[in-house]
Amino acid sequence: MNKGIIAISFLTTLSLEAAEWSGYATAETRVFESSPFSDEQKRGVSAAVILEPEFYADWQEGDRAFEFTPYFRYDTHDDERNIIDLRELSYLVVNGDWEVRFGVSKVFWGVAESQHLVDTINQTDLVANPDGEDKLGQQMIQVVRVTDVGDFSLFLLPGFRERTFPGSEGRLRSSRWVDTDLPLYESSAEEGHIDGAIRWFNIIGDFDVGLHYFRGTRRDPLLVPSLDVDGNSIFRPYYEQMDQVGLDLQYTNEGWLFKFEGIARDTSSEEYSAVVGGFEYTLYGIGGSAVDAGILLEGHFDSRGSNAFNPFNRDLFVGTRLTWNDDVDTALVAGGFVDLDNGSIFARVEFERRIGSRHKIEFEIQKLTNIASRDPFFDLRRDSYAQLSISQYW
Amino acid sequence: MKMNTSKLLAFKFAALLAATSGVAEMTPEERGLKIAIESDKRDTGFGDTIVEMEMILTNRHGESINRKMKLRTLEGVGDGDKTLITFDEPRDVKGTAFLSYTHKVDADDQWLYLPALKRVKRIASSNKSGPFVGSEFAYEDMTSQEVEKYTYKYIGDVELDGMNCFQVERYPVDPKSGYTRQVGWIDKEHYRVIKIDFYDRKNSLLKTLTFNGYEQYLDKYWRADTAKMVNHQTGKSTELLWNNYKFNNGYTNRDFDQRSLQNAR
Repeated sequence: MNKGIIAISFLTTLSLEAAEWSGYATAETRVFESSPFSDEQKRGVSAAVILEPEFYADWQEGDRAFEFTPYFRYDTHDDERNIIDLRELSYLVVNGDWEVRFGVSKVFWGVAESQHLVDTINQTDLVANPDGEDKLGQQMIQVVRVTDVGDFSLFLLPGFRERTFPGSEGRLRSSRWVDTDLPLYESSAEEGHIDGAIRWFNIIGDFDVGLHYFRGTRRDPLLVPSLDVDGNSIFRPYYEQMDQVGLDLQYTNEGWLFKFEGIARDTSSEEYSAVVGGFEYTLYGIGGSAVDAGILLEGHFDSRGSNAFNPFNRDLFVGTRLTWNDDVDTALVAGGFVDLDNGSIFARVEFERRIGSRHKIEFEIQKLTNIASRDPFFDLRRDSYAQLSISQYW
Repeated sequence: MKMNTSKLLAFKFAALLAATSGVAEMTPEERGLKIAIESDKRDTGFGDTIVEMEMILTNRHGESINRKMKLRTLEGVGDGDKTLITFDEPRDVKGTAFLSYTHKVDADDQWLYLPALKRVKRIASSNKSGPFVGSEFAYEDMTSQEVEKYTYKYIGDVELDGMNCFQVERYPVDPKSGYTRQVGWIDKEHYRVIKIDFYDRKNSLLKTLTFNGYEQYLDKYWRADTAKMVNHQTGKSTELLWNNYKFNNGYTNRDFDQRSLQNAR
């Protein structure tokens, strides 16, 4: 073979195989059904813009990859929704059955749809959306060993991210707002505590199963009633240390998906366990059309009962997922939680479809109704809203 | 869009057929199966491939949108193929990936990776007749075409676009299939699928798929560079364009596991 060709092909294998920018910009607006309970809270229709560009580059057929994803959000009504975050700044090394990722990244654990109980690593960006699906980037070193008996992951998490909460002027907040400038920590290292976790995941026939152990700062803070310097009644978020074991399990058979997640947690103030379990069944091609309809049923139980800070302590979730299977990826998810103790109802509808090739429109409604005075959602009873967003992707 | 199975089974069938009857005495069913096995045998041993695929979805008004994806395939030995599809366009689904383990007899295993949540979801695979990403291709058209997934019947020899072809009907074994039968034209020289007519559950002509621009790779394996599926009942169509076929990538099962599903672009 010609030496020139060898040199060129050698260079090609070493060079960057893929490097590109992508991302999206979103404009969203929220309108609330009722006026807020407090004069501090801003009234009227709120709006926000979100920008999330992503840079990705890889080498060696993806065995080396670099990702950089900053995230910006600006809101007209709530300063606490303004954020500049690093969702991803990581470098991945894959070497045969070993993988190492270091930097800021995001990891998802679990199988359930209505609550992500075992998903522990990343902090929730609660003000992004009350559904809790948005997560903040987490500093980490993740080492994975792939074996015949499953994937073993080790996480070292140097540094903790605080949960975002609505500010005094914002909606969807408690009667006392959570002052994120005054956090409390159990650990003297505070947000510098190094957390750690191990996880095993395997596919055994029709079962997908994961087990984890986490030791470190709990992501969901306790809320301590307090006063700020101006004498306002506030909550201070208190981040305890915890030990947690968790299991996630899915059994897939034809159109049936059976799902289970459970955790057991030990902290200095409480010891409890919680589970979510249920199924999703999909009916294909409704009435001879291409539309698929999924039926979701999930039960939530928490050993702390009605004392649980988690609103899903003894609740039933019923929902449906409609997928049009069309060229614009139209989809609708609707569902509601019913509290089995007090009858409070928390419902959500999400609809999305693409417009042209670069735009997407999303519409969501969150409705709280029949909220009992002892329910954790009681403070949100005036905060039912509708949200419309339009995104451009590139 | 290829036919393959394990060498072992193919040989077993072929040996059985050769031992029991000569060509003249073969029933149309035996002859149909023999053609399917030969077609499959000629594609056996390709190992692995990666190819860029563009999908042009056109509605009845002639408006179209494009989907771009990368397809990685690992040939199954003793079982069906493994396929990993990563989407690049439209941009709102960029990074989404789909992993499928085809099985000869059992239901396929399928996982979806959602990049916004970094979540891997195992999904139900009984959705055989549903459209693949809104196209005129059903899931069952996109997954690997194992010999065992159909029974066969040889119809006759016909000429198509100047090529001498076998006309073979095949009948899906799975009752969940959206078809009662498919009529295939397979060229006699290379045993390549040239055209397929799909008949729906009411046995009406539903779709026609035609392959064009066959090229030979590694001096053995034929791959088309375009295919067009026309839905006669809706007037919609989907065109597939394949670019940059690469063989011998050295893929292993490790390149088709959960970790790779999350890392693949």
